[in-house]
Amino acid sequence: MRMPLFLVILIAAAALVFGGARLIGNDYVFFAGYTVLQFIVLATAWNILGGYTGYVNFGSAAFFALGAYATVFMHKLYPLPIPLLIAIGGIVSGIVGLGTGYLTLRLRGAFFAIATLALAVVLQTLVVNWDYVGGSRGAYIIRPNEVALIGPYIQYLFLLMLALVVIALTTARGIERSQLGYGFATIRDDELAAEACGVPTLRLKLIATTLSGGLMGMAGAPFPYYIGYLQPSSAFGLEYAVNSIAMPMIGGTTSWAGPLIGAILLGSLQQIATVTISSAVNLLIVGLLLVGFVIIAPNGIVGLVQDRLRARSK
Amino acid sequence: MPLLEVSRLSKRFGGFVALDGIDLAVAAGERVGLIGPNGSGKSTLVNCVCGTLANATGTVRFDGAEMDGLTTHERTRRGIARSFQLPRPFATLTVADNLRVPLLYTVNARSGPTLTPAELDARCAELLALVGLGDKATRLPRDLTQVEMRKLELARAMAADPKLLMADESMAGLSHSEVDDIVTLLVRLNERGITIVLIEHIMRAVMKFSQRLVVLVSGKKIADGKPDVVIRDPEVERAYIGQ
Repeated sequence: MRMPLFLVILIAAAALVFGGARLIGNDYVFFAGYTVLQFIVLATAWNILGGYTGYVNFGSAAFFALGAYATVFMHKLYPLPIPLLIAIGGIVSGIVGLGTGYLTLRLRGAFFAIATLALAVVLQTLVVNWDYVGGSRGAYIIRPNEVALIGPYIQYLFLLMLALVVIALTTARGIERSQLGYGFATIRDDELAAEACGVPTLRLKLIATTLSGGLMGMAGAPFPYYIGYLQPSSAFGLEYAVNSIAMPMIGGTTSWAGPLIGAILLGSLQQIATVTISSAVNLLIVGLLLVGFVIIAPNGIVGLVQDRLRARSK
Repeated sequence: MPLLEVSRLSKRFGGFVALDGIDLAVAAGERVGLIGPNGSGKSTLVNCVCGTLANATGTVRFDGAEMDGLTTHERTRRGIARSFQLPRPFATLTVADNLRVPLLYTVNARSGPTLTPAELDARCAELLALVGLGDKATRLPRDLTQVEMRKLELARAMAADPKLLMADESMAGLSHSEVDDIVTLLVRLNERGITIVLIEHIMRAVMKFSQRLVVLVSGKKIADGKPDVVIRDPEVERAYIGQ
């Protein structure tokens, strides 16, 4: 399927989702849906680095929080419309992603993962001690109740997150079908052989960290408006780091569809658990599913389907 | 002017001297066999020429240009390709896509007209047919046999459109007839104008393939000349058989 057609289908699907949610007419659908959409963007962003190139990033929460705190900073400095704040959050996190990549991508495997974890700790410490953005006490963002043409503010945020999902999925699929995608796959499979085939591995890894970080920052930028009160522990929450890894792992890391499937599955389960049991069991659900998938389908749902199809075609 | 010129090349790993002042010149179109006992520095020499390892002293010149300081992918783009001792296919890419990568990143990255998607497909098919893997294009590397994996490794190196191919033990672990297959393939590649340096332990293959033989022992070059002369060199006999 060609990219323009894919984009049209994606936009149509997004319009259907938005229309469907409005038909239900309950604000909670938008609140819960926003979280699932946010995780689709985060999981897709994580997968660009972790899935396509094989570099596991434990610092997703840091990039997400950077986007959120960029919004808080701008909100205090000079309030701007959220689409612009999303762009700013993306640029800030993208630059930090590039810098992190430059400093750490000579590390591999567990060493790289630990370095990204350290980044999250360092950034959280900085934010906790930065009074202008609220420090440890947090920051309030007063949002309007309604937006012209759309209605309740949460619907506006939901729509923005839907647009981000379209951007993230289009970016991921575009990468997959391009020269860049082949280059990323070779880095994941064998970096030494990739270099021997002419692949500029360091440059490609920097592109991956920048894109991945940028998209995570974009996902985080509207978050202060969603939550209303942003504090370091919510922006740097463990669930962002864990979910953004677990969702692609469960859905499948080699395709754009994997993080989408994983995020819808896991995100919806968590929302259901939140209203039926308690939000405290969310991480337990992630853990149990992750263990189950590692045993049953180590390549995720997409990998399982691909293996079945390949076996049938032989 | 030689295509590849290695001068006074040295490489140390801590206290171990892997290469000790190696001089080697390879002319365009030549078929050179590089032999030596285990630990003699053959693979280290390949790694230094290809840029995987940085040499401590000495220089590597290729096609008239100095290679020192260039990364592996830059050297590949200049025309140095290699195959690995143990096949290192891209496991999640199909056999055809394994060849598409060097075509995209080497052939298309060089100045000049780039290959269209249709031309890329045609080049992959042509290379796979050349090595006898035409019917495996859509398979994953894990579906290939050992000899097919070796052929894929050579085809992938060829896809980079190299001037020089460093074939590092391309026949290890293969049967008698499979070794003959690979030798025939390497000769065919050489007839297409590619200079080949074959690093190998299987003497029958080396003697059949090489126009010139170079022998390394303990990081030093001890012989360089016609294969039938080199193989009778007392120093070479001593290195291989002992006193």
